[in-house]
Formats: sequence, C-alpha cells, structure tokens
Amino acid sequence: MTTVEHGLSKEVELKYETVIGLEVHVELLTASKIFCNCSTQFGAEPNSHTCPICLGLPGVLPVVNKRAVEFAIRTALALNCKVSEFSKFDRKNYFYPDLPKNYQISQYDLPLGLEGHLTISYDGEVRRIGIRRVHLEEEAGKSIHEGSDIVGASYSLEDYNRAGIPLLEIVSEPDIRSPREAYVYLNTLRNILRYIGVSDCKMEEGSLRCDANISVRRAGSTTFGAQTELKNLNSFRAVEKGLEYERVRQIRALERGEEIVRETRHWDEARGVTVSMRSKEEAHDYRYFPEPDLVPMVIDREWVEQVRSTLPELPAARRERFIKEYGLPEYDAELLTESRALADFFEECVKGHHDAKAVSNWVMSELLGLLNAEGKSIEESPVTPEYVVQVLDLMAKGTISGRIAKEVFEESFRTGRMPGAIIEERGLVQISDESQLAGVIAEVIRENPGPCADFAAGKEKALTFLVGQVMKKTKGRANPRLVNKLLKDRLERA
Amino acid sequence: MELYEYTAHELHDILLRKEASAREIVESVFRRIDEVEPLVRAYITLTREEAFAAAGATDARIARGEEIGPLDGIPIALKDNLSTRGIKTTCASRILENYIPPYSATVVERLMSQGVVMLGKANMDEFAMGSSTENSGFFTTRNPWDLDRVPGGSSGGSAAAVSAGEAVLALGSDTGGSIRQPASFCGVVGLKPTYGCVSRYGLVAFASSLDQIGPITRDVTDCAILMNAIAGYDPRDSTSVNREYPDYTQYLIPDIKGLKIGVPKEYFGEGLAPDVREAIEQAMNRLQDMGAILVDVSLPHSEYALATYYLVATAEASSNLARYDGVRYGLRAKGAPDSVTMAKRTRKEGFGAEVKRRIMLGTYALSSGYYDAYYLKALKVRTLLIQDFERAFEACDVVLSPTSPTVAFRIGEKTKDPLSMYLSDIYTITANLAALPGISFPCGFGQDGLPVGLQLLGKHFDEPTLIRAAYAFETAWGPRSPKPPLQTGGRDRASIPAGSFSDD
Repeated sequence: MTTVEHGLSKEVELKYETVIGLEVHVELLTASKIFCNCSTQFGAEPNSHTCPICLGLPGVLPVVNKRAVEFAIRTALALNCKVSEFSKFDRKNYFYPDLPKNYQISQYDLPLGLEGHLTISYDGEVRRIGIRRVHLEEEAGKSIHEGSDIVGASYSLEDYNRAGIPLLEIVSEPDIRSPREAYVYLNTLRNILRYIGVSDCKMEEGSLRCDANISVRRAGSTTFGAQTELKNLNSFRAVEKGLEYERVRQIRALERGEEIVRETRHWDEARGVTVSMRSKEEAHDYRYFPEPDLVPMVIDREWVEQVRSTLPELPAARRERFIKEYGLPEYDAELLTESRALADFFEECVKGHHDAKAVSNWVMSELLGLLNAEGKSIEESPVTPEYVVQVLDLMAKGTISGRIAKEVFEESFRTGRMPGAIIEERGLVQISDESQLAGVIAEVIRENPGPCADFAAGKEKALTFLVGQVMKKTKGRANPRLVNKLLKDRLERA
Repeated sequence: MELYEYTAHELHDILLRKEASAREIVESVFRRIDEVEPLVRAYITLTREEAFAAAGATDARIARGEEIGPLDGIPIALKDNLSTRGIKTTCASRILENYIPPYSATVVERLMSQGVVMLGKANMDEFAMGSSTENSGFFTTRNPWDLDRVPGGSSGGSAAAVSAGEAVLALGSDTGGSIRQPASFCGVVGLKPTYGCVSRYGLVAFASSLDQIGPITRDVTDCAILMNAIAGYDPRDSTSVNREYPDYTQYLIPDIKGLKIGVPKEYFGEGLAPDVREAIEQAMNRLQDMGAILVDVSLPHSEYALATYYLVATAEASSNLARYDGVRYGLRAKGAPDSVTMAKRTRKEGFGAEVKRRIMLGTYALSSGYYDAYYLKALKVRTLLIQDFERAFEACDVVLSPTSPTVAFRIGEKTKDPLSMYLSDIYTITANLAALPGISFPCGFGQDGLPVGLQLLGKHFDEPTLIRAAYAFETAWGPRSPKPPLQTGGRDRASIPAGSFSDD
C-alpha cells in the first residue's frame, strides 16, 4: 500500500487538471415498488415487503409503476433533460444473490432523460455540469455476509424488502473539475431532488448513493487520462475526501512516470485511502437486451407537459428571485433556498411581515438556531410562520424590545404558545410611556452621581451605563431608544 | 362408452341431463389414468384429492340448482410449467423438483373460478425446451399411438394425456411449436393463440417474447370452449393485449366456402416426409372440395426462421433461467463453501443437458461483441418474417402447412442430434416469431397408422377463422379422432376403423 501525503507543490498542481464524473443513484419516493404492489417503506422486518414478483419466483411478470415513470420524467425535466418520446427497459444480466432474477430491469440505450445540465455555484463561480442520462431501474435486495465479502463468508443473509424499489440513475458528464466541485454538485442535485419531491436523498439510509469516476490529465489536454471508479463513498464528505485522495494519488503516480490502471477502487473511510478492488478488464459483460416482458414506453408529450406544469420553482431560480424580489444578500438567499420547506417558510413569513431582511435575520439566526440545537428540521418546527410574523410585528411596533422578543420566541418554541399571549400574560410590553419612565430615570440619576458627572464632563460612554441601569430596573421592558433620549434630555438640562 | 372418452362439451351435456355426476366423471378419468398411466407416463404430479374436491363442488352447485358453465366439472391436465398454488410446479426440471408455488397463474385462476377439475401436472421437456419430452428431467412420455414413439414436445404430457383418455382437456404452452407439434403427433387438436391473447402471468418463462399458453383438446369445439376460458386481457401481463375477445364457439361453423388458403411453397420442399406430404395433400384436396380456394403464397425468409428462433429463444432463456441459483427456492446444492459456488453447483446439478446447451447458446448470442451479429440480426430477420406473412395475408386468409415434417419419431431417434430434433419444429416456429395464431388438427395418417396434423396459421387475433376452418374439416372428415391403440409398433393402416379419415 502506498500512502499518499496530501498536498502537492504549486508547480505540480498547475501541471494537471482533474476530470470527474458522478453516477448518482436515488430511490424514488413512490408508495409501492416499481414492478409490483409491495410497500417501499424503510426499516421493516426483513423480507416482509416481498411478493412473488419482487422475489422473482418462476412465472411472474413485471408491470411498470406509472408513478415511478412520472418521477423519472419530473427529474429529467428538473435537470433540463430531453424526455425521450420512446423509451424502453432492458435487462442487465449478472449473478448476485441479492438480485432475485439474477438480472436487473434497467434502461440501456433508450433512457428516459438525456442531455441535461445542472448549474452549480460556489466561491462566486458559476459552472454548468452536463447530465448525460437519467434512467429508471429496479433496486436490488440487501446482502449481509458473515465474513468480509461474498466469497469466504461462512453464510450470507438476504433481505429482499429493498428489491424492486424504483431507482433513478443520474449520470453526469465528466465536467466536474475538482473534488470540491463534486461536493457542490451533489449538494445542488440533492436539493433539486428534494425540492421536486422525488426522493428523500438520505445517504445514511441508502436512498442516495454515489460512485465517482476520476482521472487526471495534463492541463490543456483534450483527451482523458485512464480513470478509476470509486466505490463505498458513504457521505458527501467521503466523496470529496475520496476524490481528493485519488486525485493526489494519480498525480503522484504520473509524476513518478507510472501509468494509471483503469480499475475500481474502494474508499476506506477509516484509513482515508482508496484500495484496488478489481480491474475493469475483468469487469462483467452485462449482456443487455430489451426486456421482453415489458412493452416499450411511448411517453405522451401531453403527459410531459402536465408533469412540467407541476414542477415547483427550483432552488437556483428561487435564490435569484429572493435576491431580486426581497433584496436579500446572496448569502441569505442561498441559505434560505437550500430546502423547499425553509424557503416556503420564509416566504410565508414575508407575506405577513414585509421587512424581508428582518424576517431573513430572524429565521436564520433565531429559528434555525433553536431548530439546530434540538436537531430538528424546518418541517418539524413547533412554530409556524405566524409566530415569526407576530414577534417581528411586535418588535417593529416597539411593543417589545429585541431582547424580550428573543426570550418570548424561545418560549413559544418550547411551549407552542403565541408570542402575543406570552407578552400579555407576563406583562412584557415595552414601556414607551415617558411619564412611566420619568420616575425610574430620576432614581437612576440619583443613585449614580459619578457617571452623571462623567457624562457632563463629555464622556459619552457613561450614558450607555446609565441606560443599562434603567433597563435593569425595568427588567428590560423600557424602550431603550426612549430611555436614551429622556436620560440625555434630563442630564443636559441639569 | 366410458365417461373419460367423451369430449368436454359432451360431458357438459351429460352433466346438464344429470346422466352422470362430476364425481363419476373424475372417477372414470382416474380409473383410466390408473390403467394406462404406467404405459403412457403423461403426468409428473397427480392431484387426485383436489380433483375429487373440485368435482364435489360442481355436484353441489348442480344439486343447488345453480347454472353451471361449460367447463364446470370438466377434468383438465395442466402442463407443469403453469404455476399452481400449493401444488408442485417443476417444469420437469430437477432444479424445481420440490418447488411449490405460493401463487397460481392467471389461466389457472380463471379455470378454477369456472369449476374446472385439475387432474394433475403434465410432463414436458425441461423448461419447455424440446420436441419429444425426452428432455424431461424425470422420464419420457410415450405416444399413445405407439408406445415406442415420442408424444412430441414440449407439451408432450398434455397431448398424450388428452389422446390416451387420461384427461378430457389440457393446457400446454407453445414457444416454437410446443402445443401444435405434440397435438399433431398424438392426433389431437392444439391451438397456439396470438401472442398477447392469453396471459403469461404464472407461465414459467422459457422465451418471453414467444411463449403462449393454449388448449390441447380432442376436438375443435372443446378448443373453442377452452379458449373462451383462457383468452383475455390481464393487467398483470404487460404484453397481454387489451381488446375485445370474441366468443370463440360462435365460429364453430362447418362452412369454408370461399376461404382463401395460402400454400407456401417453402413449406413443401426438402425434409418433408412422403407420408406426411401425402396426408397433407389429401387434406388440401378435401378442403378444396369443401369450397376453399387454395392459393400459392411465398414466405421467402423461411429458411432463416430456425436460426432466428434459436438465437431469440436461447438469448431470452439464458436470462429467464438465471434465477435458478438455489438461493430462494428449488434445488440447492449441498456443501458449497460460499453462495457463488452454491449457485454454480446448483445449476450444474439441476439443469439437464439441453437446458445447459441453450443457456450457453443464448449467453453467447448476447455477449458483448456478438450481440449485433447474432441477437440484433435475429431481431431484424424476425421483422422480415413478419413482413413475409403480412404480404402472404394480402392474398389469403390462412396459411396451410404440415404441423411437423414427420409423424411421431421413435424414442431415442434424435436425441444424439439436436439439430435434427430442432428441425421437427421447422413449420411451427415462424408463428411464434411472427406472434401469429396457429392451430394443428388431425387430418389423416402417415406411416404405421400414426396421426398427421395439419397446421393453419392466421392473422393476428384471427383465431376465429382458424377455429371455423378446423371445425369445418373435422365435421366433414373426422368428427373425432379414433382411439389410439396404446401399444408398441403402431398399427396397420387397414386396422384403422372405418369412418376415420384415412380410408376413402
């Protein structure tokens, strides 16, 4: 095993260009499997969501789940693909015990979606990554080998609950130029897929998986170098780290005058290295041929248009609109549009409270802060936009101070009670009545002759201290701006 | 006459007239089975208990005064590649020797819902690959007309059972002639419907784009009745065609005046045995006498049909049979150190020689680098064959040919030479490649008094015309097939009783 020290010299870095293409598999959120009526629910008792069809018993036939095709079309459209008018399924033949028929029904030469693209932006740069194809296939079951792998395992267990869940394969063009870019591409893709509601994209549950192809070449070269395929990338971070390792490994090998072997490599997360699995020369011949049990699909244009009409605004467009329409900084717009639910939440708030930047600040710092602390997503938020609107309105009207607002909002978050009700009950309404404040101010002046003298001597800072004292006496309910003004008036008059 | 000798429609009348009960019918058939099954060996599994229960249910319906359908209480044999819930479905393969399916095929459900009495599961060539039942993983079925000869295949058990009186009706499956050729060898009627006419759900696949289930019966009327029960759209089979399906019995009309029968010259060339040619030509004269018009047609790509068939069918089979790996059901080789070895050993032990041969052929044909030259080319020729028929059907209503180039051959005669065995399907395979319906019915006798079948191929979904023509011929020349002798050595033509078709 060669260990690679990370970090190449600037000179070497400039000599090479990295070329990356990603193959992403996502499980679709249909209620039933792609070719039978079994449930797709995650986490059930092993083999409880199975039937003769997804177990591949002799004599069964597949029937295509229309919803799965619709989701594939939806995805193809969201990724700017052409949706094929004529598409078909093919059989991919290979033996593996978790594949019930020992062939996978997939799509070979006529995938549902072709020639799309995805725009990613990071570090102020905008890049367009080509999408080569989007195709529909069936998921395999899950093997657990008692031992390191299938050969040499003392026994293997098979769970076919997953077998037949609809799977979408999204293949990018080799347009990605750095591991960081691969990471951003995955994030962007995941956000889109979640936006359009076709997949929950949970890598930890295996509903999103990624294989990466990587090669390096001399900068300026137009031909590709020999590529390796990385497997076992179990998180977006792993994709980035694995690719970075592999990029450096390949460049170092080339620098040593070695040739890159075209092969599949396994990312060893614990050791932070990639190791050779098998060379591509020994790879399977999948013997693809048209699936004779299914008739070719003619995708009606009306259907495509109907699916298109139900597509939501996608994250990139929404981000741009947030910047234009609400005058938000790019950072805010990016963060708020990352999930559809969060963006919806924000827009719902803005409908009630028109100061968009105030809403944005509140949602990003207060709401997300509280949610993150409890490990909750926006969908699980105990407060609705109505709460945010109410708290911001009260603050804007001067009814409560910012400090009280935060306190009240936290309580709303914990108890589910409306901010207005909490304020009223606890008497937290801000004191903006001069006559009510006059007494307290007089008291503070009396008790703090020193700072008063300092102020008179021109030390502006002393005023801040005195305001603080008034706030303390009123338990934060005094309107700080008014206190400031009244104190100043009184001291200057004195 | 014993009850087992009657046709389904005759038995239906007997039940309606209450001359016999369903129980008496099934008893008669099982007595016959007990008597001749040791000679014929048509069945892999007998379902005596279930059969008596089903017959009892029919009798109860009759006793309650319920109306019974034409198949209620009628005993049937099912080819052992039709999935039957709770009853072994072996495909005559060691690999599925103890496989008991948890579900029934659509056709089986349809029959059961109509009160049909299942007798058992009929022998066949392993996974329907063969033309003689000699490829059965268990035993070879004998031809009731000459016990030294094969009954044809792959639905040889079904055809022999119907012929020998061991079943009134049978279902077979036809991928390249597997209903029609054994029907021809056993002197019974067999129909391969248009692809998409009968649901394949629950038919253990051999070649998905060619397989069709169809009836094997003693006369054309029974064929039409059984078609009524099994034809129709099934949402569980995506290749099943959603259209109106007729009542096939309304085409049981003994009139073919003006029917244009195409005679392809390519089907009357080399390889056709003289005795079969003679019987077929005699039948052609009779059809002409009945008012049909014979027209010459040409199917110029016929010579490529066999090669095309053995590429398409084996390619699909190589994939369809991949699932038999010992993991989930069926045979599992013992003592393998890991599951990869287990799958390999299971397949080595479980499959017979012909199945292995076809899996290898198909795997080869689909392999990278060969796909275009073999499989893709075969698909293109398949299109040409379809076009041949489209052109032929511009000039005629049906296409006539012998069902098989020879009468039933002797057991062991062709097992050493797979190609000569394959040639026995030369006239039947094109119908599967072109998705056309084809019927085989007895039209006379050849050497040793062995039956000769005549095949008519029709346009897509034109089973009605095939039924009408076959019915007209049967009405005029052979109201029913004579009883097979159930002995070795066939018999002299002179011994065939008067009234059957051979002696005018």
